[in-house]
Amino acid sequence: MNFIIGAFKPACHISITFSDAKSRKQVPLKKENGQTIMVPLFQSQENITGKISVEPISGKKVEHNGIKVELLGQIEMYFDKGNFYDFTSLVRELDVPGEIYERKTFPFEFSTVEMPYETYNGVNVRLRYVLKVTISRGYAGSITEYQDFVVRNYSPPPSINNSIKMEVGIEDCLHIEFEYNKSKYHLKDVILGKIYFLLVRIKIKNMDLEIRRRESTGSGPNTHVETETLAKFELMDGAPVRGESIPIRLFLSPYELTPTYRNINNKFSVKYYLNLVLVDEEDRRYFKQQEITMYRLGETS
Amino acid sequence: MMISNGIEDEEKWLAEGIAGIQHNAFYLHRALDANNLREALKYSAQLLSELRTSKLSPHKYYELYMRAFDELRRLEMFFKDEDRHGCSIIDLYELVQHAGNVLPRLYLLCTVGSVYIKSKEAPAKDVLKDLVEMCRAVQHPIRGLFLRSYLAQVSRDKLPDIGSEYEGEGDTVMDAVEFVLQNFTEMNKLWVRMQQQGPLREKEKLEKERNELRDLVGKNLHVLSQIEGVDLEIYRDTVLPRVLEQIVNCKDELAQYYLMDCIIQVFPDEYHLQTLETLLGACPQLQPTVDLKTVLSRLMERLSNYAASSPELLPEFLQVEAFSKLSNAIGKVIEAQVDMPIVGAITLYVSLLSFTLRVHPDRLDYVDQVLGACVKILSGKAKLEDSKATKQVVALLSAPLDKYDDIVTALTLSNYPRVMDHLDAGTNKVMAMVIIRSIMKNKTFVSTSDKVEVLFELIKGLIKDLEGISTDDLDEEDFNEEQNSVACLMHILYNDDPEEMLKIICTVWKHIMTGGPKRLSFTVPPLVFSALKLVRRLQGQDGDVAGEEVPATPRKIFQLLNQIIESLSVVPSPELALRLYLQCAEAANDCDLEPVAYDFFTQAFVLYEEEIADSKAQVTAIHLIIGTLQRMNVFGVENRDTLTHKATGYSAKLLKKPDQCRAVYACSHLFWVDDQDGIKDGERVLLCLKRSLRIANAAQQMANVTRGSSGPVTLFVEILNKYLYYFEKGNPQITASVIQGLVDLIKNEMQSESATGGPASDPFFTSTLRYIQFQKQKGGAMGEKYEPIKL
Repeated sequence: MNFIIGAFKPACHISITFSDAKSRKQVPLKKENGQTIMVPLFQSQENITGKISVEPISGKKVEHNGIKVELLGQIEMYFDKGNFYDFTSLVRELDVPGEIYERKTFPFEFSTVEMPYETYNGVNVRLRYVLKVTISRGYAGSITEYQDFVVRNYSPPPSINNSIKMEVGIEDCLHIEFEYNKSKYHLKDVILGKIYFLLVRIKIKNMDLEIRRRESTGSGPNTHVETETLAKFELMDGAPVRGESIPIRLFLSPYELTPTYRNINNKFSVKYYLNLVLVDEEDRRYFKQQEITMYRLGETS
Repeated sequence: MMISNGIEDEEKWLAEGIAGIQHNAFYLHRALDANNLREALKYSAQLLSELRTSKLSPHKYYELYMRAFDELRRLEMFFKDEDRHGCSIIDLYELVQHAGNVLPRLYLLCTVGSVYIKSKEAPAKDVLKDLVEMCRAVQHPIRGLFLRSYLAQVSRDKLPDIGSEYEGEGDTVMDAVEFVLQNFTEMNKLWVRMQQQGPLREKEKLEKERNELRDLVGKNLHVLSQIEGVDLEIYRDTVLPRVLEQIVNCKDELAQYYLMDCIIQVFPDEYHLQTLETLLGACPQLQPTVDLKTVLSRLMERLSNYAASSPELLPEFLQVEAFSKLSNAIGKVIEAQVDMPIVGAITLYVSLLSFTLRVHPDRLDYVDQVLGACVKILSGKAKLEDSKATKQVVALLSAPLDKYDDIVTALTLSNYPRVMDHLDAGTNKVMAMVIIRSIMKNKTFVSTSDKVEVLFELIKGLIKDLEGISTDDLDEEDFNEEQNSVACLMHILYNDDPEEMLKIICTVWKHIMTGGPKRLSFTVPPLVFSALKLVRRLQGQDGDVAGEEVPATPRKIFQLLNQIIESLSVVPSPELALRLYLQCAEAANDCDLEPVAYDFFTQAFVLYEEEIADSKAQVTAIHLIIGTLQRMNVFGVENRDTLTHKATGYSAKLLKKPDQCRAVYACSHLFWVDDQDGIKDGERVLLCLKRSLRIANAAQQMANVTRGSSGPVTLFVEILNKYLYYFEKGNPQITASVIQGLVDLIKNEMQSESATGGPASDPFFTSTLRYIQFQKQKGGAMGEKYEPIKL
């Protein structure tokens, strides 16, 4: 199909505009080609309305078998590149088959669209939302145009948010007790806490707190897990002695985090972990990983 | 080799660190000039990363730190100016915390924190509390110490002190105190840990390095002392207990010593005085090796200076019972520090002693208590062998002497001699000398026999041989000096009351008689003279006082004197004894005690006859005898005759003719006392003179025979002078013609002498003739008397 399109100049120009384009917040989105573009931001249950204009190249007419706009929610696995799995697909017919001689504008509206998943660009998986306009033509092939947009969903602060408190250690070697003030953090949150040293028999050099993202894709035997360290934050320099208590204060805002995603459409999950790492003088690492739940807190307006 | 490499490497690392700082400083300055906050933070964090090194010794690390410090000052200026970076201080406070590495992060946080406080957008206490808590993240001793030192530095002028602009609105001085205390505690922990975490074999090096860092820790105490609002109450209830708690708990010798000393030096004396119990209470809890004697000594020194600064302070000292608290504390410290050498304990007591001497000079009981405590320490141990300890004991014993002009004060201290007993013989003597010198210096009279008793007990090292030390081993010069001192001392024992004075003398005698032959010749004479002085005082009274119960009579004293002088026989020192007998005889004469005087003379003569064999000594003795006898007027004719007869007899029996001659003409005076009612036996005078002339003649002839020349005419001239004397005194037997004869005789002699080539003239004779000439020309009665003599 493509070679036919490539052979000719596009017969017409399609543009998609959102009705509240001026006031709607724009966020950056990284395209496959590495470019970052600004796209509008939506959340679930919003009305997505706008206009689509079709403008034939001057003096030519466009014959078509109908024009439609689709709202697609797609998941793309990188091991299966180019193959999109649509979890959401809404269609609006814009025009019955006919001919277009001059610029023609079609309003469209998707009301209270259910968009349960957030836009996500992971290591092995991508979740995107896109508006797709298709001008169907017979032998000449269809003309399509895409408009990406980003979806983010906000959660209220959780009603139960216990701290994480744990005593861990290696017998007769190292015993620590650590505490993170919450188990659920929003994306701009601050992790507070402390590490209390109950027993130190090793020569510790330093201690870091890492934020790790675990992205698992696929299911069953085909599950693929990718872990990234998004933050490495030095908590302590030097060797503490028994009884020392080291404060933790980690601002999350500088890091590019997303909410925790659990089993998105049976395709993938994204989970976050705090990894407490102690390094001794021989560069041996002692660590303890704890899952935390990330959520996106509704911006106060 | 390895060590030298280590040093070179360190230089290299330092240079690398400095280069790193300079490199980043360049970009930092550019960012600051461009008001680019993001870049400024980036490069300052990189710059501060150079401080993350573990390779430098504290000394070198400090150098690096100072460079970073300078850059941080610039950054602070930038942070202060919101217009330049456009970021509110609160946001900035968060922003710097995004730094991934903890050390740069905290340096930046402290820097922003100080600006934050200055902006007053948050209570100072909250910011301070946050900073001091966050700094816990650096547990590396050196890095942590410097970081916290930086914190202390930037916060110093921003503490919510009384009168400070940061006070109020819930920020109180207690917050300032809390902050500094916490920073202090953490710093000290890090400092102590430096030692514990280092390898054992580098203990010394570590100790040295730690010592270099101590002021970083101590600075906090200094800051505390500078906080206006720290009044006595806060100091007593909060500051001191907390600081002490940390000091005790850290269980580190170096830190404990340094910090105790710091407390003493930086806080006001008044506080120390009021919190003495707390401060001292901590001492026994410190490590047993801590040099507490220095610490406590300094404390006591400060307190005594404080007491000396104003007399009004004394009641405070009494009120808080400073002395007993110090005394107790020292006792406990000595108990706690079982390994403390004895010198340490004594040093502590020396300090306590000088404290009490300065603060409570009137409290002799305190002094005695201190000495008593020392006795307790010393008892059960052999004599001190440790020279340092000995030195301290001497210092201990000298202190009261220096303080009390009245040495007698020291004599009332019952423990004083007990301490001295613990000194070795040599030191004991040194100490005795110190005591004597002190007495001499102050010219304090020791006025009762009891005190004398104590005093001599104290200086017994000089008075008699102590066990194990024989006088033979001693340096003679030292010995002489010592004994001379004792002799001097006797003159300062004095009481106006003769009875007491006699007791004193008896006491002294009791002591010195134990001294053995070598000492007696030094000690007897002053005692004798002291007794004679007493005799002279009683001289007039003897007859006046009726009743037999008078204890101090010359007669009794003379009996004692007899004993005393007799003791010299063991020395033996007959010449000395003879002189003393003669002195006594003279005193007895003045007391009109003929038998006593006679007895003394007898003793003298016996000595002369039996003990004095040396001819020179004999000459001296005989002249002394003659001289003394001449002045005696107590004797009846018979006694006097006996004695003069004896004396003349001895004179004529001297060995050498000239000596004989001289003694004999001296004897002439025994018959002519130029007093109102003195004996004037002209005939016997002439007899003596004639006899001496004969001897002179014989001497001349002997000389002729043995040497071929008759020698000088000195003897004749001397005799001539005697003639002239009696002639002028009116001795009827001595006439002008007799003199004329003698003059002619001498002239003759001289001519024959000059013929043989001897000296032509004798200056003695010439001046004698000149005298005669003079008398002749003077005219008057005397002139007439001389008239007949032709020259």
